[in-house]
Amino acid sequence: MIVDVAIVALKAFLVVFMVLNLAGILGWVERKGSALIQDRIGANRASIFGFAGMGLVNTLLADPLKFLTKEDFIPPAGDKLLHTLAPCMALFPALVTFAVIPFGDVLIIGDRMINLQVANLNIGILYVFAMGSLGVYGIVIGAWASNNKFSLLGGVRGSAQMISYEVAMGLSVMGVLMVYGTLELQEIARDQGTLIRELLPSWLLFMQPIIGWLPAWGIFLQPLAFLLFFTAAVAETKRIPFDLPEGESELVAGYHVEYSGGKFLMFFAGEFAEIVTAAALVTTLFFGGWQVPYLMRDGFHFPWGATWLLPHLAVVVLQLVAFTVKVIFFCWLQILLRWSVPRFRYDQVMRLGWKMMLPLALINVVITAIVIVAAQ
Amino acid sequence: MDASTFVFFLLAGLLVISSLLVVFLRNVVHCAMALVAALLIIAIFFITLHAPMVGILQVMVYAGAIMVLFLFVIMFLNPSVLERPRAAWWSFASLLAVLLGAMLVSLFFNNEPAADPVASTELFGSPEMLAKSLFNDFVLPFEIASVLLLVAIVGAVVLAKRERSV
Amino acid sequence: MLPVNYYLILSAVVFAIGVIGVLIRRNLIVVLMSIELMLNAVNLTFIAFSRYLGSMVGQVAVFFVMAVAAAEAVIGLAIIISVYRQRRSLDPQDMQLLKW
Repeated sequence: MIVDVAIVALKAFLVVFMVLNLAGILGWVERKGSALIQDRIGANRASIFGFAGMGLVNTLLADPLKFLTKEDFIPPAGDKLLHTLAPCMALFPALVTFAVIPFGDVLIIGDRMINLQVANLNIGILYVFAMGSLGVYGIVIGAWASNNKFSLLGGVRGSAQMISYEVAMGLSVMGVLMVYGTLELQEIARDQGTLIRELLPSWLLFMQPIIGWLPAWGIFLQPLAFLLFFTAAVAETKRIPFDLPEGESELVAGYHVEYSGGKFLMFFAGEFAEIVTAAALVTTLFFGGWQVPYLMRDGFHFPWGATWLLPHLAVVVLQLVAFTVKVIFFCWLQILLRWSVPRFRYDQVMRLGWKMMLPLALINVVITAIVIVAAQ
Repeated sequence: MDASTFVFFLLAGLLVISSLLVVFLRNVVHCAMALVAALLIIAIFFITLHAPMVGILQVMVYAGAIMVLFLFVIMFLNPSVLERPRAAWWSFASLLAVLLGAMLVSLFFNNEPAADPVASTELFGSPEMLAKSLFNDFVLPFEIASVLLLVAIVGAVVLAKRERSV
Repeated sequence: MLPVNYYLILSAVVFAIGVIGVLIRRNLIVVLMSIELMLNAVNLTFIAFSRYLGSMVGQVAVFFVMAVAAAEAVIGLAIIISVYRQRRSLDPQDMQLLKW
């Protein structure tokens, strides 16, 4: 009993630790990456005795120290309690969502099988959407408590955008849920290990040599849903091209203009933690999560019949590395997207969410339903 | 007192405190946040009562959407004008409410030995069971509820539209 | 497992607090929020009985109560907005005369 609680606590601690570290490192990647894209050097002044540690000194020491030692300013006419509460409400859902994301299959120690996921809820992905809908509060309350018209404008835009794209996100995932038949994320990740040739109906067997050797990843079975979900996730986390709520060239800093020091660090860390969350969700739903193609629990089973057996620990390490690589790839993709694409205007954002993505998601659901029925 | 009883009393105390804050705070935004806290605590109760699907729907729909709507309207109307002093809590109306509460509470105190809850399968309260009940036994109310939501959307848009003089 | 009475008493207390809110507050939005509090107290009763009787009907009822509460909150807030535009006040006492 105590051992079970200790294992869950250890998993939770590790996940939060890794997410926060990754969020911090992404801050540095963003600065240096944007500098590369824009043909400049970027931040290079922080160093200890000339040792800049490839920017890690900046990220892990200088930036947090700078944020934490700044003056903590609360607008005099603003709402003190809500002003302090808002960054917590923004950071909390971003971190807590990781409780259901599987980062590995199982780890077998002795006779104990540890599921590499902090909490295996039977409602799975609905928990992610529930936490996403709680994330609106940080924006709304932060904007209201600042007693600032620009802040309020940014906050209202941000929350309207977030609730619009929650709808598109939920509907685009419905196709994936119909294909894999379960809400639990660990089951979805496991089901992506089967090869497509085992899912082909009899009248499609001629396609077997062409696509039958692919694993049944979500990207192959639901490409439209991937595009919709990725766009909706980027809009939900208010990244460019959807960052009108923060509008750096229009609203100064939008809904977090009146925040400085530690509270701004919480908003900032929350935004980067949401990048990691969006990347982790995309990999789990569409790219197999921790799946390495053809890797089963005891080793590689290639489709042409060869096998390569591996010890259990090597399999677990490979799965963890695969998950990390995929998540980092999608984080990098979002950062690249930020510095390449201009910002949407607000009415364009609303039109995209309601008039284009919602009908497309519904069409995706209908087509998926037809294909599933036809494939039986 | 074992762990589940302690958790129940802790959450029950927090719920009663949040409800009192909803009713007795002066600032409307603070009342709304207290209501969000109360809704989240009720969602936790649902999950401990083997209803995870309804619990997470409570968070998603009630705390995540309806209360955001309340906050939008509060920010839109901006009731900064001081609310006239409300009636004191010991006034006739609220004493009636306290009497109602006392009557209900006394009805629910019974001295019979508590019946054990019916043993339930692992699937009880899961999405599959809720969906099975919803789409087999309650499909007509389900369809009517969707029509109701459509009517609510149309009605809200019509009611809140600004009259534009032609 | 706790006896069901505990949950019933808790929801009765929350319900009574909601009724107090409806009766003594002079802000329409807070009145609407107190109504939501009462609806949630009833939901808690439904779920408690659903657990203790082993029947899913309670949870289905809560599902519908939630949908109806959402619709009612939406319409209530729209009515509040249009009344505010006319009367410039959110006080129920200012709306005693049913004159537009």
